[in-house]
Amino acid sequence: MNRYSAFGLLRGALNGQKHWQPAWRDPEPKAHYDIVIIGGGGHGLATAYYLAKVHGLKNIAVLEKGWIGGGNTGRNTTIVRSNYRQKPLHDLFEFGLKLWHNLSDELNYNVMFSPRGAMFLGHSDADMVKLAERGDAMRCDGIDADLMTRDEVAKLEPLLDMSRSARFPIEGGLIQRRGGTARHDAVAWGYARGADSFGVDIIQKCEVTGFVRDGDAVVGVETTRGRIGAGRVGICVAGHSGHVAGLAGLKLPVESQTLQAMVTEGVKPMINSVIMSQSLHCYISQSDKGGIVFGGDPDNWPSYAQRGHPMVMEGAIAQGLALVPALSRLRMVRTWSGVTDMSFDGAPIIGETPVRNLYLNGGWCYGGFKATPASGWTYAHTLATGSPHALNAPFALERFMRGATIDETGTGPMPNSR
Amino acid sequence: MMLINCPHCGPRAQSEFVYERTVDSVAPAGASNDEAMQILFTRSNPRGVDDEIWRHTFGCRAWMVVTRHRVTNEISQVRAVGPEALP
Ligand SMILES: Cc1cc2nc3c(=O)[nH]c(=O)nc-3n(C[C@H](O)[C@H](O)[C@H](O)COP(=O)(O)OP(=O)(O)OC[C@H]3O[C@@H](n4cnc5c(N)ncnc54)[C@H](O)[C@@H]3O)c2cc1C
Ligand SMILES: [Zn+2]
Repeated sequence: MNRYSAFGLLRGALNGQKHWQPAWRDPEPKAHYDIVIIGGGGHGLATAYYLAKVHGLKNIAVLEKGWIGGGNTGRNTTIVRSNYRQKPLHDLFEFGLKLWHNLSDELNYNVMFSPRGAMFLGHSDADMVKLAERGDAMRCDGIDADLMTRDEVAKLEPLLDMSRSARFPIEGGLIQRRGGTARHDAVAWGYARGADSFGVDIIQKCEVTGFVRDGDAVVGVETTRGRIGAGRVGICVAGHSGHVAGLAGLKLPVESQTLQAMVTEGVKPMINSVIMSQSLHCYISQSDKGGIVFGGDPDNWPSYAQRGHPMVMEGAIAQGLALVPALSRLRMVRTWSGVTDMSFDGAPIIGETPVRNLYLNGGWCYGGFKATPASGWTYAHTLATGSPHALNAPFALERFMRGATIDETGTGPMPNSR
Repeated sequence: MMLINCPHCGPRAQSEFVYERTVDSVAPAGASNDEAMQILFTRSNPRGVDDEIWRHTFGCRAWMVVTRHRVTNEISQVRAVGPEALP
């Protein structure tokens, strides 16, 4: 791999930047791989990277039906944080957050991780009690969390409507200062370049359309580019988990829903942190290009359409404008959506399936980007050794049938009421 | 926004309706615990047509079964929910 550096850029300046190479190869699929990963999103690519780097495996392919990073990885609002309430989630997401802080160096690729602070607003006494509880739970597990007064919130985000007559009065907040945002595409590309440098075949425009079975085991996949044999197969397709697992005859505790996001024209810095809310269905941050990025709730009904409904968008924007009235002056330039894999406790699934040699990574709902490094790390361990890493052991598929769900909101198998 | 043809009120904007859950997630009254768990906690979740339970919450408030394509959003059938409509 050609290492990127400031010196390389300078040297390139002298010869017209002619030294640039493609960041990964475009290989033909081989007849057989030891490990086949279905899905070239951040999670699949990170898994391949750690399989090669940490476990020393050589014969690995990532199969992507479109282009890498074209799924939820390239569509998300890039919020990175570990401010959950429960221990298994703390352990997994905090492990991930630690990897984020060093990821650009690790990959020799600038993922533009920006720990600008991830803040939840509280709008009532009840909200503040909830936030205090969450902060306490985090601190008990060694994760940073600071409860904020009204004044502290106003100082961090001067454009919030802090008046007593505000539509959503602000009583305070909870901030995780080590949280923030990152550049989504760069995460996919950085892991892809790293994995490729270890010999991983990244095969795009290659959709998995079926599984090759030998008795109770999977021994390969059927794809739009032919049959590919495999020792172990790892599903890693986010919103398409239900569909792909269905090809192997599995029914998952997952429902696919559309999640939308939108961005305004670029402006000078006006939003300093990531603003979320304990009660509202809206979150706001400012991209490094200056656009104000808005997100909200999923369209609360099942969908694989990858296109959202204006009705839901309007709800998120109305709340955002009430929080930061100055945003009403901006023009929205783009809206888009992704297919999210809403699991039936809100937590991910990483581990084996009832089909031998077939593994599943999915159920990330609207919050898996932040977990990309941790997801890849633990899934690689699982695929390499055939058994879970301590961090993903609680996230086994069979937990749902044991009643051992990891349900932060207590809404059970009804993702639309989360 | 989808246009849903309520069996009682006629075509109405989707914003008047609330999605509840899929028909295949309703356990029959006599189901064992294991069967009920299986039905509640898994979905066929097809990238195609499925039967869904919706409610005309901001209208006549009746439940109905909507047969809808999950990619095109095309609604092929809406039927009123009676004792015979659910498993
Ligand atoms: C609008 C939006 C906002 C979000 N905001 C946040 C956020 O702020 N913070 C956060 O942490 N998370 C967020 N998320 C969630 C996050 O984006 C996802 O959880 C995460 O990116 C999932 O990564 P992945 O690699 O598993 O999936 P993806 O990036 O979706 O990759 C899966 C890949 O599998 C491919 N695929 C599917 N079927 C097949 C097949 N049959 N054969 C081959 N390939 C196939 C797809 O083409 C896709 O590229 C958001 C999601 C959306 C949609
Ligand atoms: Zn009606």
